[in-house]
Amino acid sequence: MTRPSAVTALRSDSARPRKRPRRTGALTALPWVTPTLLLIAGVVIYPTILMFWTAFRKYNSYGIEQGSAGLNNFIGPAGAFTFPTVPWASVWTNTVVWVVVVVLLTLLLSLGLAQFLNKDFPGRKALRLVIILPWASSVVMTTTVFNYGLQTDVGLFNRLLVDTGILQTAYGFTKDPTSAFWVAVFVAIYVSLPFTTYTILAGLQSVPRDVLEAAHVDGAGAAQRYWQIVLPLLRPAIAAATLINIINVFNSLPILKILNETPGFNTGHTTTTLIFAYKSTLGPGVASALSIFNFFFCLVIIAVYLGIVKPTKEVQ
Amino acid sequence: MAIKGGIDARPNPVGTIIGAAAIALFFSFPYLLMFLSSLKTREEITRIPPDYFPVTPQFSNYLTVWSSSVAPGSSLLATIVISLGATLLVLLIATPAAYYVARFRFPGRMVFLFLVLITQMLQPTVLAVGLYQQFSGWRGYLVWVALILINGAFNLSFAVWIMQSFFASIPKEIDEAALIDGLGRLQTMFRVSLPLVWPGIVTAIVFVFVNTWNEFAAAFILVQDNALQPLTVSMPRFLGMYIRDWQYLFTVAVVAIVPVIILFSLIEKRLIGGLTAGAVK
Repeated sequence: MTRPSAVTALRSDSARPRKRPRRTGALTALPWVTPTLLLIAGVVIYPTILMFWTAFRKYNSYGIEQGSAGLNNFIGPAGAFTFPTVPWASVWTNTVVWVVVVVLLTLLLSLGLAQFLNKDFPGRKALRLVIILPWASSVVMTTTVFNYGLQTDVGLFNRLLVDTGILQTAYGFTKDPTSAFWVAVFVAIYVSLPFTTYTILAGLQSVPRDVLEAAHVDGAGAAQRYWQIVLPLLRPAIAAATLINIINVFNSLPILKILNETPGFNTGHTTTTLIFAYKSTLGPGVASALSIFNFFFCLVIIAVYLGIVKPTKEVQ
Repeated sequence: MAIKGGIDARPNPVGTIIGAAAIALFFSFPYLLMFLSSLKTREEITRIPPDYFPVTPQFSNYLTVWSSSVAPGSSLLATIVISLGATLLVLLIATPAAYYVARFRFPGRMVFLFLVLITQMLQPTVLAVGLYQQFSGWRGYLVWVALILINGAFNLSFAVWIMQSFFASIPKEIDEAALIDGLGRLQTMFRVSLPLVWPGIVTAIVFVFVNTWNEFAAAFILVQDNALQPLTVSMPRFLGMYIRDWQYLFTVAVVAIVPVIILFSLIEKRLIGGLTAGAVK
């Protein structure tokens, strides 16, 4: 009896035609899966229902319920989905820019990084461990270091930028809402790189060498091999990483929250960070309405993920 | 096996070394800064302009921080209790589900797996308002229970998914032999299958633990009481109106980051399989 290591276990999964699991009735399965179902029902589905209910109720400024609100929590001065009291134009723009820029740049940088790490060189394993740092560390703490380094007076990144002549004088990156937003974009890319690089690296390692060698013999150059063989074979890895990143980046709260020091609504809020103003300004009704929009956005991405990546195909 | 002038780019040792060093520096500089800053005195770290290195490294910060005004000890305790609690909860309920899903087909199995996958991709931030309404009445230590349940629920799916792929890789015959020898299903799972899937269990444990350790949104909205806040929420309190103890903030950050980095590096090879749910090999 040999102990399957993780790698051989995963490989044997796909290599050997899987014997179908035995059939049983739903009732026999219940004791095994019920605890999982209960937890999902209690802590995921129940708050979702609460949120839907709240989105259609009216609340006064003390958070006391005042009866039905109809669709009022969804409809602002500029029509449906502009949400009352919300600077919807800037929030929508920020959200789109935030997700698109972070996810795209992360993907592009990760493709390069993974290509580099896929080479065989001494110290490769150590380097892969270093790359894990932003992944394992709390995003709150990573963001806090950047916030400290970019302080105008005591920040060391600012001093470095001045010392190297890149900046004339220290710049208050986090004091101005626009530059704070772009710093947040940088940090978001920074913390998304490890997972994305690892996923693409896993994809790269599944590209069969003999195919690449055959292409080489047929006269295909390195660029041609990359575009016509490697990249198409990477498609599942890219799809999985991109869709998971969209969800993560869309739902990211601490980066924007910590780096944005200017109070108020018009400063780099996304539809996610705005929800957390529900106790102060938005009120539960509008915050829930906004959450429902976020919820459906995530569901759509999840549906695309399930459709394209087909994570369940192995367990059919 | 390489054909002459093979498919590997010409090895350029100097370029590779420079590239590797640049990548290593890029992914470690915030954490180097964090560590260096944790060794400064308050006077040094608030000096304008700042110095790059501490004059004399204040390793004593790692002792004095615990009796500082923020008293991060209780936060560390909160983080540890919530992380251990969530990990234990997930193990207890995900293991039987993963085992059963890997071993049997039953009506509703695919629905169950889809539900698990959807939960994996949803996050507490999306449900923040609902979670706040549900749990805001849980005061005192009950708020830790609430966070254990929330972190457990949202990390459950990763555990179910990775463990079921490990269970599925063990030949059924081993189970059947144990059943014939008179062991019950539950005993077979515990005594025969579990010892074989330990890499999957370790992966699940580490992943749930690290995720809970770093969780921010749910703790941020639910824990009002300073003494009960986990580290991710309480750290900004080092930056008061008049006293900004950056050095202590980073001391605590280093203490909080080192264990999870060690844990994560243990399961480095197996992270992708579980996260992308077998989509990428």
